[in-house]
Amino acid sequence: MTGSRTLRTKRRRGALRTAAFMSPWLIGFSVFFVYPLLSTLYFSFTRYDGFRQPVPSGLDNWSYVFTDYPLFWPAMRNTLWLVLVMVTCRVVFGLGVGLLITKIKTGAGIFRTLFYLPYLAPPVAATLAFVFLLNPGTGPVNTLLDAVGLPAPGWFTDADWSKPALTALALWGVGDLMVIFMAALLDVPKEQYEAAELDGAGPWARFRHITLPNIAPIVMFAVVTGVIQAMQYYAQPLVAGKVAAGVIGGSGQQFEPGYPDKSTLTLPQLVHNLGFQRFDYGAACVVALVLFALSMAFTALLMRRRGGLIGADG
Amino acid sequence: MSSAHGPRRPSSAALHWIGVHALGVAAALFFVLPFVFLLLTSLMGDRQALTRDLWPDTWEWDNYTKVWHTPGFLTWWRNTLLYAGLGTLLTVVSSVPVAYALAKFRFRGRRLSLLLVIAMMMLPPQVVVIPMYLFWARQLDLSGTLWPLIVPMAFGDAFSIFLLRQFLLTIPDEYLDAARVDGCGEVRTLLRVVLPMARPGIAAVALFQFFCAWNDYFGPQIYASDNPAAWTLSYGLESFKGAHHTNWNLTMAATVLVMAPVIVLFFFAQKAFVEGVTLTGVKG
Repeated sequence: MTGSRTLRTKRRRGALRTAAFMSPWLIGFSVFFVYPLLSTLYFSFTRYDGFRQPVPSGLDNWSYVFTDYPLFWPAMRNTLWLVLVMVTCRVVFGLGVGLLITKIKTGAGIFRTLFYLPYLAPPVAATLAFVFLLNPGTGPVNTLLDAVGLPAPGWFTDADWSKPALTALALWGVGDLMVIFMAALLDVPKEQYEAAELDGAGPWARFRHITLPNIAPIVMFAVVTGVIQAMQYYAQPLVAGKVAAGVIGGSGQQFEPGYPDKSTLTLPQLVHNLGFQRFDYGAACVVALVLFALSMAFTALLMRRRGGLIGADG
Repeated sequence: MSSAHGPRRPSSAALHWIGVHALGVAAALFFVLPFVFLLLTSLMGDRQALTRDLWPDTWEWDNYTKVWHTPGFLTWWRNTLLYAGLGTLLTVVSSVPVAYALAKFRFRGRRLSLLLVIAMMMLPPQVVVIPMYLFWARQLDLSGTLWPLIVPMAFGDAFSIFLLRQFLLTIPDEYLDAARVDGCGEVRTLLRVVLPMARPGIAAVALFQFFCAWNDYFGPQIYASDNPAAWTLSYGLESFKGAHHTNWNLTMAATVLVMAPVIVLFFFAQKAFVEGVTLTGVKG
């Protein structure tokens, strides 16, 4: 009798202890996640400008965003482009640089640091730097391209070239992928390579049949996190567009995002455009929910494909 | 290729070495040249910065003093340090106990909590910004300050919790059991035994969080844009280009001054940082 009572007290004390340790996050989760998410859902079905009370309006915001809002589909198309081209380029390049760094014997530490540094550059600063480097008039890149007789594109001022320019910026900051690929490549058992070499496998065959299968989970991880980042891509395209368009930054909130010709629009910019420029909070919440659904869908994919993210006993 | 069958002759090994290192140098140029052009332009005179010249005729170190004394620049520095410094401190203090519970306590709902932490980690700030803005600006009247960005950090940051938990999993339970046998309560076990062992993990989290706040553009744009006295470096830098429209040299000098602290910090804490990246593979 007393035994089960102490057990129960013990258990209750354990629960209290857990609650105490978890409390910062429990509060944070409720106040900064659950509450605003439910509000966003509610606002998406109302007409709301932030000043007058929200008025229920059914599916009006949803049909407005999907059929009449002129920036939605361009932003979706850009996101698809970023997912297909930018993410692919980043993963391939990151893997290439990771492979290269594992082969370098002399000065490996210096190379690694040099390759990694650009990843640390603050996004706004890096973007500003690239808008300068790639500016069509006096930029060093076009100066060099001219010097060797190659065509010099308009980069951030040309709708066809603005996303490739952003991709160049993203490749410059490939250090995060380089580090995780490097770690994965060093984990591939040496014996497998030795065995393959004895069997007469060339470098490509070894890469194809030993390296790739061994690092496949990491490649998958890089692709899915890359897709999530592409959907949330914000500061770089926005700042590149504003600076290239010559918008005076800072307090002036009135500018048309996506310069040139909507080619740098992404979904998060639409939330800002609808909510903080047009004061159409209801429609902004619709875009926010689209962004939420896409992010969570890919996060779920990430966790299904790679339980390792949580660990075996999670 | 032909040498792949037999034992490698020295000459082919030498060729291989040359090939790999030539590629390495080419890649290094791609990563380093943007910094070089940035620095060179930041040191040009006003007139020369408008030309296609790559090398400065005169070295205008004065550009950096000019940027430093630009109205507002020091304020942006102070605000950024406050946001990044205080925010990092609050994040670490509030995230450690949560990560500890998720890593070492057994309780119902642990797996669910962890999944929700990951969901929150992947949540773009734009998803909840409308209600959050209305909450901070309309109910608490804190728009035009950085408090809406700092205060939430006192309630645990999902990414930090996740990364710390991954780190704490690597600490064997025997150490904790030993402390408990010695009569330590959970709080003392955490402070005396776990924290010293978790120092590299905490360093990684602190660095990530500091960089994250330093780099944040969206947060200051939403909450501080109408009050220049509350701007941060990342946000102010963009307006710098606006105000010095034709002065690429000054804009690039300002850009260098925003990049420099992060890079200096990296050199001091390289190990902790790389460890953090490999631990989760997710960027902050």
